[in-house]
Formats: sequence, C-alpha cells, structure tokens
Amino acid sequence: MSEIKLPCDIIGKVNAICSEHGDDPKELINILHEAQHLMGYLPEEMQRLIAGRLGIPASKVYGVVTFYAFFTMTAKGKYPISVCMGTACYVRGSEKLLEEFKRVLGINVGETTPDGKFSLDCLRCVGACGLAPVVMIGDKVYGRLQPVDARHIIESLE
Amino acid sequence: MKALTRPEDLNSLRRDAAASLSLREKSETQTNGQSCGLETGTGHIQVLVCGGTGCKASSSQLISEKFHELLAEKKLDAHVDIVTTGCFGFCEKGPVVKIIPDNTFYTQVTPEDVPEIFARHIIKGERVERLLYTDPKTGLHVSDSKHIDFYRKQMRIALRNCGFIDPENIEEYIARDGYAALAECLSKMSPEDVIGQIKLSGLRGRGGGGFPTGKKWELARKSPGDVKYVVCNADEGDPGAFMDRSIMEGDPNSIVEAMAICGYAIGASHGLVYIRAEYPLAIHRLKTAIAQAREYGFLGKNILGSGFSFDIEIRYGAGAFVCGEETALIHSMEGCRGEPTMKPPFPAEAGYLGKPTNVNNVETFANIPAILTRGAEWFASIGTEKSKGTKVFALAGKINNVGLIEVPMGTTLREVIYDIGGGIKDGRKFKAVQTGGPSGGCLTEKHLDIPIDFDNLLAEGSMMGSGGMIVMDEDDCMVSVARFYLEFTVEESCGKCTPCRIGNKRLLETLDKITSGKGTEEDLKTLSTLGKVIKDTALCGLGQTSPNPVLSTLRHFHEEYEEHVRDHKCRARQCKALLTYSIDSKLCIGCHLCARNCPAEAIIGDVRKPHIINPAKCIRCGMCLARCKFKAISVN
Repeated sequence: MSEIKLPCDIIGKVNAICSEHGDDPKELINILHEAQHLMGYLPEEMQRLIAGRLGIPASKVYGVVTFYAFFTMTAKGKYPISVCMGTACYVRGSEKLLEEFKRVLGINVGETTPDGKFSLDCLRCVGACGLAPVVMIGDKVYGRLQPVDARHIIESLE
Repeated sequence: MKALTRPEDLNSLRRDAAASLSLREKSETQTNGQSCGLETGTGHIQVLVCGGTGCKASSSQLISEKFHELLAEKKLDAHVDIVTTGCFGFCEKGPVVKIIPDNTFYTQVTPEDVPEIFARHIIKGERVERLLYTDPKTGLHVSDSKHIDFYRKQMRIALRNCGFIDPENIEEYIARDGYAALAECLSKMSPEDVIGQIKLSGLRGRGGGGFPTGKKWELARKSPGDVKYVVCNADEGDPGAFMDRSIMEGDPNSIVEAMAICGYAIGASHGLVYIRAEYPLAIHRLKTAIAQAREYGFLGKNILGSGFSFDIEIRYGAGAFVCGEETALIHSMEGCRGEPTMKPPFPAEAGYLGKPTNVNNVETFANIPAILTRGAEWFASIGTEKSKGTKVFALAGKINNVGLIEVPMGTTLREVIYDIGGGIKDGRKFKAVQTGGPSGGCLTEKHLDIPIDFDNLLAEGSMMGSGGMIVMDEDDCMVSVARFYLEFTVEESCGKCTPCRIGNKRLLETLDKITSGKGTEEDLKTLSTLGKVIKDTALCGLGQTSPNPVLSTLRHFHEEYEEHVRDHKCRARQCKALLTYSIDSKLCIGCHLCARNCPAEAIIGDVRKPHIINPAKCIRCGMCLARCKFKAISVN
C-alpha cells in the first residue's frame, strides 16, 4: 500500500465512504459511485485503497470498474461533452453530430483535449427524446442540434 | 405527520387530501370550454407545470419560478397554486403548462411567455392563443388536451397519475386512492388471495419477456425460506425507452405501494430498487416517496397495524445493459460484475444472496395498485386474449409527436403511428418501426394493421421489449440500423458466453463489410446462419435476442441488403462508403461557399467558375450539400 500517492484529504474521504457503507463488499458499486464523485474518475490507487478497506482483491474492484460504463479511469475535461447515442437521437442524426464534435475538438470518444478543457463521450438516452438529437455538457442538455452547432457550442464555452 | 396505524385512518386522510385534487379531477370531466381567470370570478386556479426530464431540459423549472415570482409580486399566492408534476407524455411539444379549472393545455412554453399567461389568462381569463396546440389536420387551435389526437386514443393505467399529481407530495397520491390497495390487502386479503387476483388479471411482465406476473409471485411464495426479497428493476437500458423513468418521476408512490403488496404476497420484508445512476431526478423522487411512505406508516414495522413489516432500499446501477437480465441484476446488486448465470435456479428459488427473490419491472409494478383497487376482471377486460391491460410506449424517431403514450393491448401500429403519433415527420414516407430495442426487430408497412400484443410482435420477428418504438422513414438505411443495434450489443455483451462475445462481433464485422461496400452475397447467408446459431446457443436473454435486429431486417428488407452487396448502392444514402458527391457544372456559379466549408479541402475551383470535388479527398460529410444554395451538389 506504500505506493499510494493520492492527496491526503482524498484518502480520508475514500476511507470515510467505505466506513459509511460498513466496509461491506456488497456495497462496492455504491462506494465506487461516491468515490468517483471525489475526483471525477477512479484512479488505480483509489481502487487499491478501496480493495484494501473492503478486504477483497484489487482485481475484483478493477473488474467491476471496467465492467460498468458509468465508471471511468481517465480524468474528464472541464466541460465533459456526452453525445446521446440512443436510438431516437441516432435516427435524428446524432452520428453526424458526434463526427463533427470529434473533428472540431480533434479528439476521439473517451479522450480529453490536451488543455484539459473538453472530453468527449457517448451516452445512451437521457430520455429527452423529444429534443433529439441531444448533447449533455455537464448537467446542461442541448437539444435539436445540427452538426454545424458543434462549433458554436464549443466556441461559446471557450 | 404521525404514522397511520389502522386502515380506517387512511380513509379519513384520503377525504382530507381529496380537496386539493377535486379541482383537477372536476376539470378532467366538466369543462365547458370557457377559460377562467381571477377577474372573471374563478375562485381558485392551479397551474400544472411539467417537471419531467424532457421538459426540465428545456427549462421548465424557470417557468415555475417565474410564476412564483409574479404571484408573490401581486400577492396572489393564496388564490393560485403552482404544481410541478411528472411527465405529461407530449414531449415533442414540451415544456407543457396546464391551467386548471379550465383545463387549458399550453405547449412549448418558455419562461418569457409566463408574464403573458399570467396577465391575460390567470388574471383576465383570456386564453393565450399562440401557445395553444394547433391541430395539424384542421389548422385550428385546441385548448383542451382531451381533444388533442395525441391523447384521444390513449388509456392511462400505469401512467394514471403522471402529469396529474405532484409526485413529491404523498397526500396527492393518497387522494387518488393511493395505498388503498395495500390497506385492502393487509386487512382483508390473504397473500394467496392477492396472488390469485394478479393471476386473474392476466398481467404479464412489462420489462420484455412477458412472463405472467401472478405466476412469478406464486413461485416466489412457494419457495421455502424465511428471508425473501422483492426487487424492482429500474435499470432501463434500452436506448430510446424512457417509460420507467417517467413513472418513477411522475408517480413514485405507486412503485413503493406495489413493492409492499408484492412483499406481503410472497412473504418478503425487504425490497430493493435497482436504478440507473443516470436518472438523478427519478432517484430523488423515489427517495422522497420512500421517506414519506415511512413517515406515513406505509413502510416500516407493523404497517397499518397488520403485523406485516416491509422496507425498501435503493441500489444503483452503473450502466450495463445486461443487468436488465434478472440474474445479472442480482449479481450487480451484490457488488459484483453484472454477469448472468444459468437458469435454473431461478431467482424465485435462489436470487439475491441466495434467497428467493422476485424481480419485476417498474411498469409492471405501476399496474398492481390499479388492478387491486379496480378489480382483476376490469383489467382482464382490456386488451387481447393473451395480453391484458395496456402498454406504455416511448414513441420516438421520425415522428411528429414524440412522447410517452399508453394504449390498450391490441391497438394497431397504424393507430399509434398515425393517430397518436401524428404521422411521419416532414411529410416523409414511413419505412419501418423498430420495437423492443436492441432485442427487437423492425416491422414494415404491411405490419401496420396487426394488433400490438406480446405474441403478435414475436410472431413477426420482433418483440414487445420494454416498449421503445422508433419510427424510421425512407432516409434510414436498414442495414445501418441493424449495424447500430449490433454495435450496441457488442459493446454491452458481458463476454461470459462465446456465442454472444464472439458471434455478435462476427455479425458486426460482416455488417461493417456490407456498409463499407465490400460485402458479398455469401455474407448475407453468413448473417442469417450465424444469427440463428447465436439465438439458439447464447446464455442469457441479451445474447439470445441480440441477432433479432439483423434477422428481422434481413427478412423484411432483403432487397436493401442485396442492393448493398450486389450494386454497392445504399438507397437511403446513409452508408458513406457507397456515396459519391458531385457538382453539376451547369448549376454551380462558383460562389466558393462549399470549398470554404469543406473540412477536407476536397473541393477545388476558381471563383465564379464551376467547382469540382476530388473523390480521393472527399470524406463524404455532406457539408457541401448542406451549404450549397444553388442545388448544384448531388449525392448518389
């Protein structure tokens, strides 16, 4: 455990989350949700820390983190952009919209721009199908978009 | 509030609570077409503002805030209530605002419209015509939602309270006979009676499979064990289906009540809701409902003095479609990877922590209290021979009225798409409707008149699924659509069994080959054979149904596949690799707009002279086509 280099306050918070859930391995997914909230992602050291607390192998924690789409091991950008790839958005052109975001930002899905400002992801249905195609940036939903809107949105955030 | 301890207490509480809802209930049936305002002598006005995720995304919260601000300013708080409700279903026209008692239905309201509604309607009693729904057939304004085609053919059982009550106020739920079914079960019925009623109603699971709910409860009841669990599957993973979320957002107490009834019926005292973490609003409303139910004594120890105890906790999903499969969901709740296991043992025998567990979907649960208060015979009188009651569909895609609808089983696809959905967007031609999400299939024009039920959809190679219904027009390529669904399945496959992990990957590669213009006739045979093998051999429901989108499009749109492999043509112009963009030199005036916008610098030409596209550089993004004002660019 000596190689854990997380900031002290984060270690304290992770430990607190684990004890709140009674260090119970059954609570692993709930714990990971709260832990991911601390830094926006789940770095390897954090997973080892949790594994140690719950008394389970780190491989099991890693297995769970990589299984579920909601958990991520890479840091997100200041503006995390998620293009909805639900079917309703797909048939209303979200694929072309995604292509345009990739092109404007110069990154692929799952990546973050070098300046740490934008990251690009896909998500499955936010349930605002009446506004299709939609993009979520942070908590804000942008609806009824055309590919040309991608550049405007990025410029408005820069 | 002191917790209720006797069933009779509920009756007196209901009488007290009914007052706040009577205005709304009266306006459902007794409007005379006149609009009401404070100056025209209307005693009390209620403004219902949709607070579902769709409308919230277009700032419905600001609309409520603006109303509150104006009311405070004019000191009219005592005469007008602002109620935030769940989803009205008419998402296409959101945000929706409804004025009670005259039942005026305003659509696409913005916060800027609020002062006008306030000054003209609420004060003076005049309708704001420009915000009313316009009937596309007659071109006339319709003020009352009852007369809008979108609502006319609907029958709302699972959605009975959505868009009608304040989901964060348990008393409004109680006023609508909420918790009456639970009180009735606990005081007058044995668990076997309850199961008997559910069996008699003919209710089948709304999550996908359509397994008879009463039978499922009976199996869990008969399973030996002192500790049992009730699980609500709220991990709505089908992209494009949002009924479970809307029910939890609009009527969370119905789920709490149904789970308690199920607990009583099967002999469980512990309930778990497995919900998507991506649904923050639904989680919030469900938590509120659980807390209020505890406070009022509908959850906890010795409920209504019956000796029966039951409580509910929430477990979060983390984005895995396979967790819709019962066994995978249970593993996920235990903190593990959500991988399915072989059945038997069924969850009813050995589920959560190895104990007998009953898993039902949100919509299934939402039907339970209505069945018990209105009677199993009533429910069984609705629908078709083998599919009883109603079904909620999330209508989306290339359709005029996107939204959440509920229709009796046996309604035809044509009624849903043309009468309720208002037909295809932009006057285009209908091509296909996809039901059942990634596990379902595509149906065509010739299927439009089949009555929708579990068995009919299955017979045509699709399925009911959770109720996603995506409408497609002539611009959609069916090969690409099949590829889209398969890409989803491949991403979501847990990888445990070979047919799903490797078989679906091979299917996807073959479809990739076809959409990139390299497909052969042999590939079509491969798709069909491999698809059938996967269906027969995969471990769980996800794998067994994953080839459906491919097999159903192969069956109903074989010509389109053939065109892709034989002529290297995509008639919907969706498969980029099969397209060529060209400029008509007669129409091009050399304005250079296309060249300036081309991201690949593939367009060359001097100003005021016809331009040409270099096919080697062209990335087929279609930007030039969208930008050209002279219709000089064509795509083939």
